[in-house]
Parts: sequence; C-alpha cells; structure tokens
Amino acid sequence: MKKLLNTLFVTLPDTYLGLDGENIVVKQEEEILARYPLHNLEAVCTFGYAGVSPALMGACASRNVSLTFMTRTGRFLARVIGEDRGNVVLRKEQYRISDDEVRSARVARNMITGKLYNNKWILERATRDYALRIDTERIKKVTESLGETMKLLREVEQLDILRGLEGSAAVQYNSVFDDLILQQKESFYFYGRSRRPPLDKVNALLSFAYTLLANDMKSALESVGLDAYVGFLHRDRPGRASLALDMMEELRGVYADRFVLSLINKKVVNDKGFYVKENLAVIMDDETRKKVLKAWQERKQEKIMHPYLNEKIPWGLVPYTQALLLARYIRGDLDEYPPFLWK
Amino acid sequence: MKDYNEEDYLLLSGIQHFNFCRRQWALIHIEQQWEDNVRTIEGDHLHRKADQPALREKRGDKLVVRALPVQSRELGITGICDVVEFIRDPSGVSLAGEEGLYLPFPVEYKRGKPKRNDSDHSQLVAQVMCLEEMLVCDIPKAYFYYDEIKHRIEVIITAADRERVKASIQEMRHYFERNHTPKAKAGPHCLSCSLNNICVPDILNKRSVSSYIESRLNE
Repeated sequence: MKKLLNTLFVTLPDTYLGLDGENIVVKQEEEILARYPLHNLEAVCTFGYAGVSPALMGACASRNVSLTFMTRTGRFLARVIGEDRGNVVLRKEQYRISDDEVRSARVARNMITGKLYNNKWILERATRDYALRIDTERIKKVTESLGETMKLLREVEQLDILRGLEGSAAVQYNSVFDDLILQQKESFYFYGRSRRPPLDKVNALLSFAYTLLANDMKSALESVGLDAYVGFLHRDRPGRASLALDMMEELRGVYADRFVLSLINKKVVNDKGFYVKENLAVIMDDETRKKVLKAWQERKQEKIMHPYLNEKIPWGLVPYTQALLLARYIRGDLDEYPPFLWK
Repeated sequence: MKDYNEEDYLLLSGIQHFNFCRRQWALIHIEQQWEDNVRTIEGDHLHRKADQPALREKRGDKLVVRALPVQSRELGITGICDVVEFIRDPSGVSLAGEEGLYLPFPVEYKRGKPKRNDSDHSQLVAQVMCLEEMLVCDIPKAYFYYDEIKHRIEVIITAADRERVKASIQEMRHYFERNHTPKAKAGPHCLSCSLNNICVPDILNKRSVSSYIESRLNE
C-alpha cells in the first residue's frame, strides 16, 4: 500500500512559504523560521493569509503534493491542483453513472450502508466500553433501528428513498450522540448539528474535523483520477465537491466524530479554548486549533486493519484506499463499491 | 500497409512496460497513472545525463547525437532515443548536413545491470525499426549502456525480434483502441513494480464485494 507522508499545517499567520532547492521554507519578514524537505510531505495546508511562492506551487504540483489554503477559522478557500491525473475514460464513466439515477443509487447505497454500519458500531462499542456510564437501553434501540435500515438499503435504487432512509438514521444517531460525551459535560454538549456558524463547541470541532477530512478526500479522489466534484448521492452544484461529500458519508462517524469525541473525552481540548462571537458563533482559539491539528496528524498515523483488503494501513490512508476502490469499481474490476465497514 | 495518424501514435517507451506487464502499460499509457519508486527515480536521474538534445559530438568517424526523436509510420509509434551513434560506413546512408555515409546505432541507457527478461530488449528493437524506416537503411545491432556495470552491451537485432515487436505493438493498439485495461497477472514482478499500489493486483483474487457486505451485515 501507498506510504502515508506528513501534512504540513501552517497555522502561524503572516508567514510566507517559499522553495529552496528541494525544501519548503517558512518565512516571516524574510526570516526563515523552518525548513522541511518536500519529499517527506504529502500535503501542505495553510491557515491565515500566508502567501506561497509560484516556484513552490509548481514544485508541489509536479510532485503531487496538495496545497490548500484555508481561512484562519478553518474554512476552505482554495487549492492548487496540478495537471489532471487519470484518464478521461475513467472520468467519463463516472459521469455516466452520475447521470443515471439507478446506477448512482447502487453506489450511493453502499456508501450510506457504510455510514450506518460504522455509526452503529460506534454506539455498540460505547455501550461495551462504558457500560456503567451509558444508558445502554436507549442506545440499543438506536443500534437496532440502524441495523434494520441497513437491510432495507441493500435493495434501494432511488436516490430519494436513499436520502429518506439516511436522514432518519442520522436523526437517530444524533439523538444519542451527546451520550458519548463522557467528560467535561458542563461545557461540551450536543443538541443537534449546526454548521454556519457552529453554535456550540462540539459543532465547532465537528465542522473543523469534517473540513480536514473533506480535504483529504478531495486530494485522494484526484490522485486516483476521479473528479471530486461529480457525485452520486450529492448532485452537482457549482463549487461543491459532491463526490468527496459522498465518500465522506461512511467516514464521518468513524473518522471525524470519534476523533472529536476523543479530543473531549481525553481532555485534549477544554472549555477555555473557544470564544463566542456576538451572534453566538463559537470559534476555536489558535492554541486549540493547533492542538486539534496535532492530534489529527497523530490519528492518521494509527494503524487499522482494512476490512475489505485485510491489510494493515494507517488511518490516514483510508480516504485514499476508498478512492482507489471506487475507481476500481467504476473501471469494472469489482462487482460493487466496497464501503469501509469498521468495527 | 496502414499509415497511422500521428495523434494515434503509441509511445515507444511503452513497449518495455507492455512486455513487463500488460496491465502496467495500460495503467500508464491508457489511464495516465504514474507513481515513482526508487528505481524510476534512479532511471530519471540517469536519463537526465543522456537527455541533452543540444549536445552533439563529432569524433573522427563517429557522430554522437543525444535525445533524438524518432517515429515509425508503419508501426504507429514515436519516442526518443537516448543516444544514437552514427558511424561512417561505406554501406551507410547520407545524412542531412553531413558529408559521407553513416550507419546509425541506438544506445539505450538503463539503470542497474543486464536483465533476464527481454522487456528492455524490445524497446531497443523498436528504436532500431524507427531509425531504419526514417533513414531507409538496415541496422544490424544496437547497444545497451548499463549504469551499474558502466558498460555497454551489444545486441544483435534479428528478424524474429522485429516480428515480436510488431506483434506486441499490434496487441497494444488493440487495447488502446478499446481503452481497455487488462486484468493483472500477479507474480513476483509485482514486487518491483512502482505501480503496485495503484494496480492492487491482489484485489482481483479477493472475494466479491457483495459477499463482503452481506457477511458484515449479517453478523
């Protein structure tokens, strides 16, 4: 399997990134703060208004290092993409599937199956690991219902029905998500998902984790030659990476939600690391964002057994592996798209 | 004889990939996938030395030309010869801008040492065939220069070699026209293939995805 390399997150504002030989250099007012060999990096992600030299952009593009610009609060701004990878034949087949409701639904239902399966096992695990702290009865009801929905999903060939089943499963899962927060309950709670803006700390963390995952997913799809903007469940909307969002469905819970829960439950983040704006929008401070990014990098290095490939890979390669498997399915090597079914 | 459109020419360098593994060739030349490993980086580095199109040396009876673009209309292939040595020879052909008669001999630069299989060999044969067609001459031999042993090896080009190359190119064209990536024949050569993790040869031996999903859902 491909090797997982590092992502360089530049969180210090007003820094400029340049190229020096085979190195990326981080500068602030002409002073060089740090220097990293480019061949060790898979991605560079900058927060704040850091500039990047055209030479570095070129070097990143030619070495297939993704370069992403975010706002200081972690909202996606832009990405530098090199020459298109992959072939038009693969992408055209992707478009054909996308244009065909039934074929789209057959792929999308597997992704949603993955989402429900993983969410079910997040809950099952919690009842096992924290039986004394968790209302097992309440959770069991949800996991049973998720199990039932999954069986229905297997035959679905209409996207509307799929969305309906997915929506009701999400309501169920969200209804017990707060139960999984076992520490710092007075400051971290989950009543429901709020996005623009996030209205509580948990939502602020979730939004940030989803952005990071979406970036990894977009890069992964592009590196296997697929078009991240043409999806199956999510329909085309200019500027929206629909396929990346589709692919994220099965990973949101198992990758991002669990990550956020562990930040809170292991007290990596705390109450003080956030501030509330006048309109109640909750924003992470720089220190907390740094901690989250560090933990994110560490999580990516942790190894798991890939359930379909039966191969040990780091978590960070899961988006790439799933993108590769999707490309293999579209190309006709596989009978179905194999979702990442974690337990 | 069929003349191919220049746009539909296949890359000469692909013959080596094709003979190494049909799927590797298709991934690179049809699907445009590429990933470097240490071997390919070494190869690039080595070719940087040879790839100096402006460098031209003349020593006595020898004219050495680097990075020479070649093609064959008949085969429908195009590529670049690392080095072509033109040797003054009464049985040779005249060259534009040169006095006298010359015979061309391609020299292909390779990392490592001579290999057992003939995947490199056919690439050299194809170069010879391109030069023969372009210069209207017969080239009996060519050379490999192996970086690890710092030596060149002479290769005699036979009629059977030429037939094999023709057959390979025909097969390549067949896949190319259908945009078809053949399935992998996994084997020991997969270990040295830089595209291993794009190809995932084992995937085709796995159980079906539907049984994977069913068994997980029924746990």
